[in-house]
Amino acid sequence: MHELAICQDIIAQVEQIAAQHRAVAVHRIQLDIGPLSGVEAPLLEAAFPIACAGSVAENAELKIEISPIVVSCRSCNEKTAASANDLTCKKCGNWHTDLVSGDEMILKRVELDT
Amino acid sequence: MCDTCGCNITPGNKHLVEADGKLAKTEDGKAAVDVLHSLLHENDHQALHNREHFARHKVLAINLMSSPGSGKTTLLEKTIQNLGDSIKIAVIEGDLETENDADRIRNQGAPAVQITTGSACHLDAHMVHDGLHQLDLTDVDILFIENVGNLVCPASFDLGHHLNVTLLSSTEGDDKPSKYPVMFRAADLMLITKSDLLQYLDDFDPKAAEANFRKLAKDNPVIELSAKTDDGFDNWISWLKDTLALHHEKLSNGETMRPAIQADGVELHAHQHSHSHAHSHDHIHDHIHNKA
Ligand SMILES: Nc1nc2c(ncn2[C@@H]2O[C@H](COP(=O)(O)OP(=O)(O)OP(=O)(O)O)[C@@H](O)[C@H]2O)c(=O)[nH]1
Ligand SMILES: [Mg+2]
Ligand SMILES: [Zn+2]
Ligand SMILES: [Zn+2]
Repeated sequence: MHELAICQDIIAQVEQIAAQHRAVAVHRIQLDIGPLSGVEAPLLEAAFPIACAGSVAENAELKIEISPIVVSCRSCNEKTAASANDLTCKKCGNWHTDLVSGDEMILKRVELDT
Repeated sequence: MCDTCGCNITPGNKHLVEADGKLAKTEDGKAAVDVLHSLLHENDHQALHNREHFARHKVLAINLMSSPGSGKTTLLEKTIQNLGDSIKIAVIEGDLETENDADRIRNQGAPAVQITTGSACHLDAHMVHDGLHQLDLTDVDILFIENVGNLVCPASFDLGHHLNVTLLSSTEGDDKPSKYPVMFRAADLMLITKSDLLQYLDDFDPKAAEANFRKLAKDNPVIELSAKTDDGFDNWISWLKDTLALHHEKLSNGETMRPAIQADGVELHAHQHSHSHAHSHDHIHDHIHNKA
């Protein structure tokens, strides 16, 4: 249940950004989350109203985009889709791969009412 | 924090600040700020400060993670006995409740700080920082941070440590790397503990556990050991000594070790930090603590 802690960190960041731009309210918060980030989108959505209550982001919409798991093979250089517990190359089967996408936990964009 | 060191300005939003301060507008007329920070930006910032504490004392910081009861504290007790005076250990213990684990470490003659997290199922960089201020790191070679027993949450939080060691005990099942990929992907070393029990557990195959680990694209070492019989313990001790030597070598070249897997945001921020945060080198014990 670390999603509440993460939400509190997000709100702290958003409050600063809102203050910097003298926003009266936060309209929308956009996140990118990968399945390998360890952050569960539904839990984050559930924790969000608790974390933002009373803040400038109180009525903000939380928009979460889930990024796909993609690996790049060190052996055949191919980029293939993979699953969370099997990051082997789908083309040649080698497990020496690098994650190209899938572990994001990024605060991408904040939309403000100024 | 960010206002002090300017790290709110990322490659993603720099242009917004440099231009006449005007923000891009969305279709419905809202001001849009591209941020591109880790969701744990505040935590990551504190973690960077912690890393500076460690660098200043040349301490190697190792984060131990596993499910409850996999043998983290027993491993540490035995390691302290084994190393004697040759390598000096200190421990930060994270638990939901009780001082028990810190007491066990102190009984072995090593300094320990207990952090009780209450309801939090993981340690974060702020908690570790509070612990650091209760520890004298002067003569310490290796600081172990025993995280809260939990195979999910601790993996998401950078504590400023250099390496992750993830324990998998033989009683837990060899499929755990597949069930908890986020945790095992974070491991710089996987320890298969309680190997003395393998003879009674016909369904735990260390080879299968290792194969499941490799499937996560992990080429990191796997060591099988028992804290009861000493089986495999030498391999762990040599790994520690080699790692400590590598740590010192890196430090003398002005580099730092980092856990194998770090979220994108951490790297993004680390870059900003390196040239915007020189102030932190002279305020190890007096900087402002920002707890979210
Ligand atoms: N047979 C056997 N038992 C072990 C070994 N290592 C630890 N144990 C036992 O496992 C139990 C839990 O060990 P701890 O070291 O307290 O585990 P832990 O991971 O620190 O537990 P938490 O801090 O509560 O998460 C104790 O009863 C230990 O005696 C081992 O190598 N072999
Ligand atoms: Mg313990
Ligand atoms: Zn391939
Ligand atoms: Zn700072």
